[in-house]
Amino acid sequence: MAAAHGHMGVHIKAYIGVFMALIFLTVVTVGVSYLHFSHGMAIAVAMFVATVKGGLVAAVFMHLNNEKKVIYWVLGLTAVLFLLLISIPMMLLCH
Amino acid sequence: MIVIPYVDKPHPLTGVTNAKFGIWLFLASEVMLFGALFSTLIILRTGSANWPLGSTELNVPLATINTIALITSSVTIVLAWASLKMQQIGRFRVYMALTLLLSAVFLVIKYFEYTHKFEHGHFPSTSTFFAIYFTMTGLHGIHIIGGMIVNAYLMGPGSAMWKKNPEQFTGRVECAGLYWHFVDLVWIFLFPSFYLL
Repeated sequence: MAAAHGHMGVHIKAYIGVFMALIFLTVVTVGVSYLHFSHGMAIAVAMFVATVKGGLVAAVFMHLNNEKKVIYWVLGLTAVLFLLLISIPMMLLCH
Repeated sequence: MIVIPYVDKPHPLTGVTNAKFGIWLFLASEVMLFGALFSTLIILRTGSANWPLGSTELNVPLATINTIALITSSVTIVLAWASLKMQQIGRFRVYMALTLLLSAVFLVIKYFEYTHKFEHGHFPSTSTFFAIYFTMTGLHGIHIIGGMIVNAYLMGPGSAMWKKNPEQFTGRVECAGLYWHFVDLVWIFLFPSFYLL
């Protein structure tokens, strides 16, 4: 039981650390929106910060930093199909 | 009738419990559902001659509070699961109650945002911007309500399972948590897409 508590203690510290990072990044993304960047730059910065935040949630809260291979395979396939889906409008724009 | 028994041990082929594998497959389908809508947003936005700046149409401070509420609820639900791992059912209930409270804060703020828009004559039919805004945030809101029902069940009557089979109950809470983090993750992208850009 004590070992379980100690093991979870490390996880809980990571959760709190990620929580503070997410709050900080939320403040950053709102703050940056007031800086009047060019349109393309604003989209790039906002999506970059959102991707970092999403990555932290997935890696630490959803435990994807230490998951079984089968889950990575499922998500890898999903990522490929998702990118294909998102790239369709990009291809349409190029024509 | 053939009943598939619940197995709280990892399946030898996958290395994870069937419930966990199942929730990840479900979340994969959810990625495609929201992916289709984000793809639609890109097409509508780039095809529009005058797409409004989100901050001029929507309330950024309220949405920022909502973002913080959802992020905090993600922490409280993972702490609820961690409490079960440490055999602390009392703490689990406290963190689950906090998760529900923060979810309610999110919905109440969203209600005020929506009613404010309706009072000013902004409906899904008003413009392409409001059509996709109400579609995506509305679908996300339905996901919040669905998650709240499951979380309330796990905090209340569902927690009776803790005495009979703590491992299975902890697995259920983990699956509910994975779903909730996904709902948080979607909002992390919805927030800048509609409010800040």
